[in-house]
Amino acid sequence: MGAKYVLQASQFQFLFDALTARGYQVIGPKLQDGAIVYDALSSVQDLPAGWTDQQEAGTYRLENRSDSAFFGYTVGPYSWKKFLHLPARKLKRGKSAEGEFHFVSENEEIPKLAFVGVRACELHAMTIQDKIFMGGIYRDSSYAERRENIFVIAVNCGKAGGTCFCVSMKTGPKASGGYDWVLTEVIEKDRHYFVVESGTGAGKEILAGEEILKELDCPLAAEAEIALSERIVEETACQMGRRLKTEGIKDLLYKNLEHPHWDEVANRCLTCGNCTMVCPTCFCASIAEITDLTGEKVERVQKWDSCFTEDFSYIHGGSIRKTAKSRYRQWMTHKLAYWIDQFGTSGCVGCGRCITWCPAGIDITEEAKGFYGDS
Amino acid sequence: MDPFLTIPFVIQRVKKETSDTVTLEISRPDDRVKTHSPAGSAFSFLPGQFNMLYVLGIGEIPVSISGDPNHPEKLFHTVRKVGAVSIALSLMEKGDRIGIRGPFGNPWPVNKAQGMDLLLMAGGIGLAPIRPVLYQVFPERDRYNRIGLLYGTRAPEDILYESEIKQWRSKFDLEVLVTVDRAAGDWKGNTGVVTTLISKVSFDPDRTLVMICGPEVMMRFSCLELQKKGVKPENIFVSMERNMKCSVGFCGHCQFGPWFVCKDGPIFSYDQVKDWIGKREI
Repeated sequence: MGAKYVLQASQFQFLFDALTARGYQVIGPKLQDGAIVYDALSSVQDLPAGWTDQQEAGTYRLENRSDSAFFGYTVGPYSWKKFLHLPARKLKRGKSAEGEFHFVSENEEIPKLAFVGVRACELHAMTIQDKIFMGGIYRDSSYAERRENIFVIAVNCGKAGGTCFCVSMKTGPKASGGYDWVLTEVIEKDRHYFVVESGTGAGKEILAGEEILKELDCPLAAEAEIALSERIVEETACQMGRRLKTEGIKDLLYKNLEHPHWDEVANRCLTCGNCTMVCPTCFCASIAEITDLTGEKVERVQKWDSCFTEDFSYIHGGSIRKTAKSRYRQWMTHKLAYWIDQFGTSGCVGCGRCITWCPAGIDITEEAKGFYGDS
Repeated sequence: MDPFLTIPFVIQRVKKETSDTVTLEISRPDDRVKTHSPAGSAFSFLPGQFNMLYVLGIGEIPVSISGDPNHPEKLFHTVRKVGAVSIALSLMEKGDRIGIRGPFGNPWPVNKAQGMDLLLMAGGIGLAPIRPVLYQVFPERDRYNRIGLLYGTRAPEDILYESEIKQWRSKFDLEVLVTVDRAAGDWKGNTGVVTTLISKVSFDPDRTLVMICGPEVMMRFSCLELQKKGVKPENIFVSMERNMKCSVGFCGHCQFGPWFVCKDGPIFSYDQVKDWIGKREI
């Protein structure tokens, strides 16, 4: 861990400028359509300062805060995966002429992005997706290149949401690695500042980070400031809106694949796939063949897919998972159990998005309890 | 290597096998160039592996390789018409182009059967990924003890590779038993499910390796029956089928319990999958 510095809230724009000067496009939280989403930011003014969110199963509401905190809310419907594992991506273009065809792989422009405001759970989600796309024999080169070109400024959470359970998943609320910088926002009396620490990201970027801090002439943080920033995160850890018991959960779910509780969930599940879209670790994708009218020019396009669709498991003769029960079981068992066998980690980081954005308010932490009762 | 690189291949021959099944013989378009895999090395494969077959403007499907692993320059795929891509493939003619990515997946453990009885069981088009096993073992026939092929199809006219099977039977000391679900009066062979053939073939359960490919329910009941006869679950292998799209474990479609069939399979020992294979909608 590097030294800790203090960055005044009034200097925050300079940080944006310094990142922009180094060729980064700044991506961070902003208000859009009644939610806080991640998008390109042109200045600090774009941040949802003074806003907070209230989240519950099937509920997301924005409210005003009594202060002007930049990061006084938790996670919204978007996650950073949309910038690394793109929702839609052209893989290649093909052309046929006189019966022969040729493919051209798409030359992608890989942007240099600075993610501002990445939460601890989201850092873990990125590490989990790294295992999928970069951890095996095959490598997803598009993902890998995007991943290499980001500068990550994490934010320790100063508030937990109603659907948060990162403490149960051991992923937060304090960022434990995978960032270039981590900020803790502190508001006390008439002071508003960040305690800044450089982290464990790519080496050259940490150096750039130190450079930026020097440029901004940030003083080292005083002990009292550090203590206060740590207390804020500790308090957040005590505010978790949800808990999930994880002891032995893999074997528990494997033993209960035919448990009647799955029918009970299926009665409420609309198989809309919202949970898979908002989940920061869900990675499933499909490849579509798109042709022009002549049938001579084609594009192969990769798009996010969801295990809640009937098509997802289609093989000749029909879908493997025809019922809502089997699709919910696939999703939840994958997330909390199969994932452990596949990638050595849970697929859940406790961000709570699937609970908040489920139109039926299905709550993964509640559903898991249904199996602990009488295993 | 780029697993998404599609290499153009040319159709050399389309052999009609049955009313709904063809075998495509394909090779690299330029005969002077040795057949290459997407990795750029000479294309080679092992029995049980699959390729992704691509038809421009229609799409891509996984199809097991049904040819001889000792002659990978001639690539064979046996395709049953069940969807848009397989229908397009069945309508191909000599000289047409298709795309290939592969090979993917793990192979049958053929070498493990050396010194043992080898029992092959196939249902319907499940015979296609079994055929490369036979091509591999025949030139080294003396390394294996008894070899049996139990094959079940819907009807006599659906029997694949019929003349070839007859040749193998006499030439390589292969015990072949065929059964059909239904047949007209002139059929003198067996009727009924393929599991009924298990008691008609001779093998030493303690020293037998079994490879099974067919519908999931057929593989499951075959495994149960073989286990009853005393074959160890770790010596029974099945070839699973799921919706393989990317074939490298990125797209998630082919998940079967904790596995990605494309990269962890398609071949699994019964020991691995026995708690999963009977579960509905897994």
